[in-house]
Amino acid sequence: MGGEGLDYARLGLKVGLEVHRQLDTAGKLFCSCPTRLRLDEPDLTVLRYLRPTQSEVGEVDRAALFEAQKGKAIVYEAYEDTTCLVELDEEPPHELNREALEIALQVALLLGSRPVDEVHIMRKIVIDGSTPFGFQRTCVVALGGQIDVAGKAIPIQHVGLEEDAARKVGEGPDVVRYRLDRLGIPLIEVATAPVITSPEEAKRVALAIGRIMRATGKVKRGIGSVRQDLNISIEGGAITEVKGVQELELIPKVIENEVRRQVELLRIRDELRSRGLRPDDIRPDIVDATKVFESTSCKLIRKALRAGGVVLALKLPKFSGILAWEVMPGHRFGKELSDIASAWSGLGGIFHTDEVPAYGIKEHEVEALRELVGAGPEDAVVFVAGDEERCRRALLAVLERAKQALIGVPRETRMALPDGRTKFMRPRPGAARMYPETDVPPVKISPDYIEALKEKLPEPPEKLAERLMSKYGLNKKLAWQVIDMEVLELFEKGVEKGVPATVVATTLTETMKSLKRDGFDVDRIGEEQLLELFELIGHGKAFKEAIPDILAYLCKHEGASVEEAIRELGLTAMTEGEIKAVIKKVLQDNEALLRERGEKAFGPLMGAVMKLVRGRADPAKVRELLRQAMRAWAPKGA
Amino acid sequence: MPSVAELAGYSSRVREALRAAGASVGDRIRISKGDLVVEGILMPRPALGDRDCVVVKLDSGYNIGIRFEEGTTIELLGPGAKPAFARPPKPERKPGLPEVAFISTGGTIASRVEYRTGAVRPALEAEDLYALFPELSDIAFIRAEVLYSLLSEDMRPENWAGMAERAAYYIRNGVDGVVIAHGTDTMTYSAAALSFALRGLSVPVVFVGAQRSSDRPSSDAALNLIGAFVAASRGPFAEVVVAMHEGMGDEAIAIHRGTRVRKCHTSRRDAFRSVNAPQLARVVGMDIQMLTDDYDRRGEGELEVLARFEPRVALLKAYPGMDPGLLDWLVDEGYRGVVLEGTGLGHVGYYMLDAIRRATREGLVVCMASQCIWGRVNMNVYERGRDLLAAGVIPLGDMLPETALVKLMWVLGSLTDDPEEAKALMLKPFAHEVGPRTPISTLAP
Repeated sequence: MGGEGLDYARLGLKVGLEVHRQLDTAGKLFCSCPTRLRLDEPDLTVLRYLRPTQSEVGEVDRAALFEAQKGKAIVYEAYEDTTCLVELDEEPPHELNREALEIALQVALLLGSRPVDEVHIMRKIVIDGSTPFGFQRTCVVALGGQIDVAGKAIPIQHVGLEEDAARKVGEGPDVVRYRLDRLGIPLIEVATAPVITSPEEAKRVALAIGRIMRATGKVKRGIGSVRQDLNISIEGGAITEVKGVQELELIPKVIENEVRRQVELLRIRDELRSRGLRPDDIRPDIVDATKVFESTSCKLIRKALRAGGVVLALKLPKFSGILAWEVMPGHRFGKELSDIASAWSGLGGIFHTDEVPAYGIKEHEVEALRELVGAGPEDAVVFVAGDEERCRRALLAVLERAKQALIGVPRETRMALPDGRTKFMRPRPGAARMYPETDVPPVKISPDYIEALKEKLPEPPEKLAERLMSKYGLNKKLAWQVIDMEVLELFEKGVEKGVPATVVATTLTETMKSLKRDGFDVDRIGEEQLLELFELIGHGKAFKEAIPDILAYLCKHEGASVEEAIRELGLTAMTEGEIKAVIKKVLQDNEALLRERGEKAFGPLMGAVMKLVRGRADPAKVRELLRQAMRAWAPKGA
Repeated sequence: MPSVAELAGYSSRVREALRAAGASVGDRIRISKGDLVVEGILMPRPALGDRDCVVVKLDSGYNIGIRFEEGTTIELLGPGAKPAFARPPKPERKPGLPEVAFISTGGTIASRVEYRTGAVRPALEAEDLYALFPELSDIAFIRAEVLYSLLSEDMRPENWAGMAERAAYYIRNGVDGVVIAHGTDTMTYSAAALSFALRGLSVPVVFVGAQRSSDRPSSDAALNLIGAFVAASRGPFAEVVVAMHEGMGDEAIAIHRGTRVRKCHTSRRDAFRSVNAPQLARVVGMDIQMLTDDYDRRGEGELEVLARFEPRVALLKAYPGMDPGLLDWLVDEGYRGVVLEGTGLGHVGYYMLDAIRRATREGLVVCMASQCIWGRVNMNVYERGRDLLAAGVIPLGDMLPETALVKLMWVLGSLTDDPEEAKALMLKPFAHEVGPRTPISTLAP
């Protein structure tokens, strides 16, 4: 499917963007723990349950959420030396981190946003367990401003600062595990107005905002340090909030998929209406269908029944075929029901008659099931297996979602998947989920402080690109690549080692990209290795022609040194004598050519020599030696 | 008309401008300053921060502060929706459940947040407990009342007496247990006070609080309350206890004896620890595990309330360079008793000796507990201890200093006027507050 055939202008696409980026501060936003992720085992774990408090979302959602969360235990993983009582919600938060605030204000000023006079910290209710508090602390530090992207002014709504959530490291049906290392790392947030009208434009805006954030030199890099949220709507659809798009490249695809989804959901609505379905026709008559599956060969159902579970079924009148309707590539309407059922019940998913017989469920079982719930050929049946209470909740969620299908696109928050599709997370919360954090005093921002910040604002990205071009002689494309691939610091260090700027820039950008394209895991190459490589090149102990091979070796041999790579690849620099010997051999082998074409044979001969010494000798040196040898040869041959 | 109280946090010129605009807290306003124009809901001014900054809630839900300056204008756009606390429906009374009295005295646990402003208000009707904590309706039938709305630091001995009288009222009316919600700071003083005041208890009296306010999803209030109600309704003991988290996690609620418990951490959920005595019990889900055999059994007592506390009793902490004039002042003011929180095994500087001798001579009861918290005083080991004994100081064994203070207030208020008799009573155990054995493993982890 993809984006072909979608006329975004006609569909009335509107996208607002929220770019979040971790700040590389010494301490966290509300405590002094380091902003460092941990891969080793935690020192201690703490078990908690969260309870929804009043009025965080609508009353109905609240009840549903309560049911969904009831009994779900959360285990927090903590470290004695890098997490403290604040992250564990065992100590009140400290004051707002001033280093983080300053970085956020710098970004705000670069975007032309106006800092507020007093920053007020808010609590945003989040009860999935990703913060032990049950809320995330967040604040707006500036309003307004704009960023120009390809000649269009994109208004900025606000620049904010918030604490990152804990990292989910595991989940079972009854327990979810979060690691507290990430909790509290400052995140800067820049939100645009919903004026973006195409998937590609969204990507360009995200790139431009990312460049401004990076200009501060105080943002974290690498996987997970950037998260983009997209508010996507089309005419007649609804605003869907897609959270957590990590890669820039994925933004257009996520938007295409979401637009496609909304278009298809509207078509499904029209189809259901044309079938004469009315909301009241969908009855909450949940039927116990355990008997039908008593001797089933479906493993999932057998397992559930053995554990004392049941099979419950719900008829969706006139839905036959609808559940198999593709709303995103490889994602059918049945998946919409399934995701929502899992979210509310904790069950793995649902079965439905648009996809069975399958999974070991036999035709006769499907027929018995249809008969049991009184479903005709035009109807669909959804059924679930497991704990009775959870099954009931799953089917009630399916029921509500099926009713919404008649209305159109539900307002919801979805999670971005790595393949560009999205998955139901929760209904969209109202403004009521935000209330003041009374444990942290407001922070006054004085005009004098802002004036002082303006004096020493970081170099905006355009200026930086110009400097890279004029100072190092990089072309425009390379200069922007150095900026966008976030290798500026490494680039400058490489140049200091005496390697030509273009070689350093190309290595860090083009070469890495092409290795990645060829399937190499370039994340295994460390900064020290790259600096070692530049050092060796600077000292004439390695040559730029050998760079791709050396890097490829390093990808395959994690932790290897560059010297080892050079040795193993046979790329040790040749001595002048060794080069001369190769030249001599080539000249001997090509005597006829040499005699026939004289000096004009230089080109082909140079090629032949380089083929034998590539990566082990400096081509300029080879050229010089070859010319000498040819001159020496000629008189003798004449 | 804008309420004065709601605007109270703002500076006079902001108040004036808001009044001129006719804007009250909760109204939708527009505030303009140069090229900045902001619309949103007017919020009350938090106690901290710049009183000239007008706090506005944006449509996104965020609050920001805009400084009111020369040329700033405020317009009223319209009245705001007044927030209503949508009370969830009350569950029905389930037959056959034990009956528990719930006495609310204030503090974090008996509060709810006003989400619009973030203010935590102690306005919770005790009846709302069922609605907020539906599990309670499976544990007990609750008879609730709001006795006080006091921060625990504002409690006084007369409030202990008030709590004791109300608890006794319910016990005499046949409840199976009493739960008292209390701010955590001085909860152990109150628990000790009721331990002494309620003689001949026949049911558990359980103090409960919360270290995290109940407005947040991570509050310990719910679990502590549930644990307290389980203990009050089903506990096999008839003592005054404190129910709080046993660890940082939500696995178990610890039941501490009221005379042996101390708040040992400013903020952790498991701040409360039993000192110099084993924890009495633990509640896990609906189960109560007794951790000692030595407790007063449920149903064995004949209730008597002795709830007079002598206010002219002080707790003095010894420190290097302490001024003996402090003690002299107490004597001059007519104090009747002093608990010294001595160093180590129960010592004070030599420069205090004369003042102490004068105090005992003038009829004050002077007792000694240790500021080490863990362990017991022993004034026979060093000369200074022997000097103090000779000066008439009463060593209180392993009694907690705070418990000793409350006990001395009670002894002088409810039992005797005679200093000599009072000294003897201070050494007699009434509520497991002092014991002859020091268990080996009683140091806090």
